[in-house]
Amino acid sequence: MAASYLIYRYFAIQINAFMQVRTMASMMADGEQPEILFWVGCAGSFDQRAQQITRAFAAILNKTGIRFAILGKEEMCTGDPVRRAGNEFMFQMMAWQNIQLLNNYQVKKIVTACPHCFNILKNEYPALGGNYEVIHHSSLLQQLIDEGRIRLKEGGNFKGKKITYHDSCYLGRANNIYEAPRKVLEALDAELVEMKRCKSNGLCCGAGGAQMFKEEEPGNVRINIERTHEAIETGATTIAAACPFCNTMMTDGVKLADKESSVKVLDIAEIIEKEME
Amino acid sequence: MLAFGQKKMFRKPMVALLHFFVYAGFVIINIEILEIILDGLTGKHRLFAQPLGDIYVFLINSFEILAFSVLLACVVFLVRRNLWKVKRVSSGNKELAGWPKTDANLILVTEIVLMSLFLLMNASDTLLQSKGAEHYSLHPTGNFLLSQYLQPVLSGWSESTLIGLERSAWWLHIAGIFAFLNYLPYSKHLHIILAFPNTYYARQTPLGEMENMPSVQQEVLYAMQPELAPTDAAAPARFGAKDVMDLSWKNLMDAYSCTECGRCTAACPANLTGKLLSPRKIMMDTRDRLEEVGKNIEKNGSFVEDGKSLLHDRISTEELRACTTCNACVQECPVAISPLSIILQLRRYLIMEESNSPQEWAGMFGNVENNFAPWKFSPEERDAWVQ
Repeated sequence: MAASYLIYRYFAIQINAFMQVRTMASMMADGEQPEILFWVGCAGSFDQRAQQITRAFAAILNKTGIRFAILGKEEMCTGDPVRRAGNEFMFQMMAWQNIQLLNNYQVKKIVTACPHCFNILKNEYPALGGNYEVIHHSSLLQQLIDEGRIRLKEGGNFKGKKITYHDSCYLGRANNIYEAPRKVLEALDAELVEMKRCKSNGLCCGAGGAQMFKEEEPGNVRINIERTHEAIETGATTIAAACPFCNTMMTDGVKLADKESSVKVLDIAEIIEKEME
Repeated sequence: MLAFGQKKMFRKPMVALLHFFVYAGFVIINIEILEIILDGLTGKHRLFAQPLGDIYVFLINSFEILAFSVLLACVVFLVRRNLWKVKRVSSGNKELAGWPKTDANLILVTEIVLMSLFLLMNASDTLLQSKGAEHYSLHPTGNFLLSQYLQPVLSGWSESTLIGLERSAWWLHIAGIFAFLNYLPYSKHLHIILAFPNTYYARQTPLGEMENMPSVQQEVLYAMQPELAPTDAAAPARFGAKDVMDLSWKNLMDAYSCTECGRCTAACPANLTGKLLSPRKIMMDTRDRLEEVGKNIEKNGSFVEDGKSLLHDRISTEELRACTTCNACVQECPVAISPLSIILQLRRYLIMEESNSPQEWAGMFGNVENNFAPWKFSPEERDAWVQ
């Protein structure tokens, strides 16, 4: 425990050494516009595990010299969980406030590491007057790798290691993004192994549709256990995810399967950040 | 491509191939049925044989191959349902108990019988031709590819018996087809017709996009900016859906297009892990309730409140709450049905009209409202990860 905490602190300090994060408000005050707004999302902001993903992604943005900003304290929940639960009123309230804010800052382009935020911002805000170019961080990472702006270490830690990628429903089926995260992982020279159910056949981690925020209904087995079992069966030592909720569910699944020492669940941004030159 | 080319069926290649036989058989043999109908109406025999010549023989030969493939496929399908018990369509599947199971087997048996009659008809016809029977030899076609193998079985029969056989095969075939056509509207087999319009009207937007509710959007807009509110704004009658009347016409056509194949349920993460939810059942429930409402209207002239509804009486809150909105069911459906659309509309009714939510969700709603996040953190800490 103590050792892992020290390692965590070490990485955190390493990342913080690069960390330079400005808010929209401060940029605006200086008369500047960022290239892109980084929508952090509630998980990325508050969940301890997801905060690490946020830091890793911010570090990548800094290292590649992308001028980005966050909304900081002004950001609010997009309304995904309340809308999926059925509370349309609350969703519309959140959306209205967020769109006012984004439009006031004249935001043009948004990147986010959360597929749920991505889906709402991209597909559901336009009908309410919020029109932005929205990309998921997996697409941005792929683009940066293709352009040579992200250069990976020779003979990195993942070379020849087995990685399996778990498709997020809101990235995959919901928005047809299957290749970008895989292309990112292929850049590592790792051995990408697929689970039995992958891509459009991918099995949900169990968190979507506001399930993250309640107990599962009665059944034989938890969905995340079923899914993690599939991932472990591939023999991969790393389960790559591109969604903070999938990450939580798969991490819990690995813990329950008692495989914490041999299998790690990491976001693609964390993996890339560690392997950058 | 989705309906005519059956693109999505090929997610399961073997079944798709067999289904394609039946589909192609059905569509193409229609030309032969046209001849049979015209023969019947005009009192002629093999009306198309003369003008088409060799092409006619080629056509009938291909129909025979198709008919045989249909027959074979239907036998395999019967075996899959009743002997191998492939889980999603197995005769032991609780969801299919009773009428759905009978319906499925009835369809397959009818198709086998119809195809056998067609082959039998051709066999006896060509045999009669070779025996020089009057009437038949006037329209020589020569033997056909597959039915000739049935001839040895029949060769011992007398001419009059053969004529009797040919005539009864003809009549039973055509009568069977007409009866079957009338059966369709009462059966899940209606999908052979509705699959086409249903895929034509399929949503083209990304699957992740949830349908907007302009009524609620307006309400919120007026609350936030009262100056925009019209003075005569009428409140919507109902938020979300409680019964089939609240669903869209596409939802209802979805219900009638469903042939209960169960691909959705077999892919549903909730169902796979033993939860109560089954997307196929959602569609079957919607259709059954729609039938019930239809009968009610037929009987009373217009709908008379019967104290029942789709929600609660047929679909329970436990089923609805098990959905992870993962879109696997929508992705799987070969004819573009969305069980998810119905689930989400019913969920909206539960929350907005009945305030019926699990306690954890109520807490989550409170957090979103007060802290702008689903967890109980202060908005002041939102950028704490930077430090």
